Amino acid sequence: MKTFPIGGVHPSDNKQWSKGSAIEVMELPDVVSIPLAQHIGAPATAVVAKGDKVVTGQLIAEAAGFMSANIHAPISGTVTAVDMQPNGQGLRQMMITIKREGDEWAESIDRSTELVTECNLSSKEIIERIKAAGIVGMGGATFPTHVKLSIPEGKKAELLIINGVECEPYLTSDYRTMLERGQMLIVGTRILMRAIGVERAVIGVEANKPDAVKHLRSIVGDDKSIGVMMLKTQYPQGGEKQLIAAVMNREVPAPPALPIDVGAVVCNASTAVAVYEAVQKNKPLIERVVTVTGKSVKEPKNLLTRFGTPVSALVEKCGGLPEGDVRVLNGGPMMGRALCNVAMPVMKGCSGITIISGKEALRGEESACIKCAKCVEACPMGLEPYLLSKQARKRAWDAMESNDITSCIECGCCQFTCPANIPLLDYVRLGKQTVMGIIRARNAKK
Amino acid sequence: MANRFLVAPAPHVHGHLSTQRLMGDVIIALLPALIVSVRVFGWNVLAITAVSVASCVLLEFLVQKFLVKGPLTVNNLSAVLTGLLLAFNLPANIPLWIVVIGAVVAICVAKMPFGGLGKNLFNPALAARVFLLIAYPVQMTSFPTPTIEGFADAYSGATPLGAAKAGLVAFGEVDTVGMFTGAMGGSFGEISTLALLLGFAYLLMRRVITWHIPVSILGTMAAFAAIYAVATQGFGSVAWQMPLFHLLAGGAILGAVYMATDYVTSPMTRKGMLIYGVGIGAITMLIRLWGAYPEGMSFAILIMNSVVPLINKYVKPKRFGAR
Repeated sequence: MKTFPIGGVHPSDNKQWSKGSAIEVMELPDVVSIPLAQHIGAPATAVVAKGDKVVTGQLIAEAAGFMSANIHAPISGTVTAVDMQPNGQGLRQMMITIKREGDEWAESIDRSTELVTECNLSSKEIIERIKAAGIVGMGGATFPTHVKLSIPEGKKAELLIINGVECEPYLTSDYRTMLERGQMLIVGTRILMRAIGVERAVIGVEANKPDAVKHLRSIVGDDKSIGVMMLKTQYPQGGEKQLIAAVMNREVPAPPALPIDVGAVVCNASTAVAVYEAVQKNKPLIERVVTVTGKSVKEPKNLLTRFGTPVSALVEKCGGLPEGDVRVLNGGPMMGRALCNVAMPVMKGCSGITIISGKEALRGEESACIKCAKCVEACPMGLEPYLLSKQARKRAWDAMESNDITSCIECGCCQFTCPANIPLLDYVRLGKQTVMGIIRARNAKK
Repeated sequence: MANRFLVAPAPHVHGHLSTQRLMGDVIIALLPALIVSVRVFGWNVLAITAVSVASCVLLEFLVQKFLVKGPLTVNNLSAVLTGLLLAFNLPANIPLWIVVIGAVVAICVAKMPFGGLGKNLFNPALAARVFLLIAYPVQMTSFPTPTIEGFADAYSGATPLGAAKAGLVAFGEVDTVGMFTGAMGGSFGEISTLALLLGFAYLLMRRVITWHIPVSILGTMAAFAAIYAVATQGFGSVAWQMPLFHLLAGGAILGAVYMATDYVTSPMTRKGMLIYGVGIGAITMLIRLWGAYPEGMSFAILIMNSVVPLINKYVKPKRFGAR
């Protein structure tokens, strides 16, 4: 079985808590708060004001430039505020608040459940619809999909890779999507192939989801243009560069190189479903499957949730927070972000809410580095985390740059494996941000 | 319901690997060799081991408590391991007071002054062994005769390497099976290749160490010996007998698997490990064949220890995406 060439770790996948729960539709929230920055790039610009009536699927904020994404009303009702509110990290950011009145949808949206497989649109038209629908990468990186699909002049896409790896422990939203919405996923894949003009697509799925592989293969049938590839289970296989290396045996060079430089375009499995809905059903991105899980969560679930629904509502639906110390994560335990505020609304990049409680929620005590080289061995980018973290502590930014800090994908393998419990990634991340800032300033001066 | 929301950057889970576990695994891997030594040399092997381990742990505790006044970290088992390895490098009839002096050198000279675990340049157990070898050459090189039958009498009081150095050995007549199982003279931890390899297999299985350092050391030694044999005695059975002899004799296996792989004093990258291993193998053979001492493993490891910072500085892992 294929996998990426260097590094990687094997955390317990802990998917057993939620993998058996079929996707349930989450009740509509009475009030939603929609952040204008849900994607990488410029925050969207609000096009509604306080007092406006909106219907589900109506555009409420417009992409501010190319590297940005539209945002649509996830429920119908009245806009009660467009103002700054605290997000999950406690920082204030611009949000549109809508008070719900019924569930009235925009007329242009086809809400039937009938599968529409036929698509004769041109590449440009497809990308236009994806852009209009506000689709961003739903694996967590939230990179605007229309930007990814717009192949730059002089570059050529050779292969579309659909990322069904879901290597983050605990999370099962992509898994359930592949199982329950596989038909849509495959149509979405064909549309994406059309959009970037490739003859072949590969859906990468890890070996811990054999039923998803089997199911997708049965849908694909005799179609030779789409392959479903089972990959060896190893974190961070779902990292874009790792997945390309596993599937194509090609390594994307260090930044600023992009996947397209080796002929690859990678889209998340849930994103492919969203593309199907946008192009075939004219439905903008207003909801997603969110896994709510954790060892101490009473009823872990996979919930089809409208954006803006507060995390607290999802947690309540699954039996409430466990007692005592908790780490509530937006995402999975390897790359997710800890929330200090469960009023945070579900956003486009939120694939799961993972709750870690009790002793596991605490970090182990740091001790001296014994130079065991486990971090070097675990790094999937071939970096030296022990050295980078030491240099970050000394603020040796130049040295960090020459040791390729900008290649770090922040997967956390180094810190996960460190026997001395050193918070390696804390320092490496700090150094990476600083070095990237220095590089930006230097380029601006030129 | 009073919840405390804990906030920290990712990752939020840990692999449960700990310094203590790694050290503990090496200690477990050394136990078969210890058992063989007790069988071959008797109970004083245990006495030496106990004194060595106890002195190392106590000294580290005292230094941390009264001199450094830092956090106490003796429970990470590293001092236990240092004590065990030091004992393994001593003859089975060494006076116990010399063992204590060895522990003082290991902990109070080679380890703690550099800043304790993780910061020392030289392998503490080896630094102590070499100090003792130079300071107490008589006690350190008079090896007792193994107490089990089947051991070739011609070597009594000497190690196979010592005998070879003195020109007493014809490689074709060496009892390689005896050397493999532990029926040979030497520091008590180095005698049984079989038991040491058993531990090596355990370390590989537990992913405590990788194959790179041991295999590159032993491979280099074998290649070196084979070339030497052919160059001096022409083609013939000696071309494989001499490499085999050198791998089984002396501290080759103990050094390659347990001493050279000490995390703190070995390189961080696989490429670096190979360079380091080849260096140790070559220096060991240079000393064994042309040096004043019959055995060169300890010196070779210490010399290469001093090169490790340089290796770490210049030998980088292959970056993802680099051509």
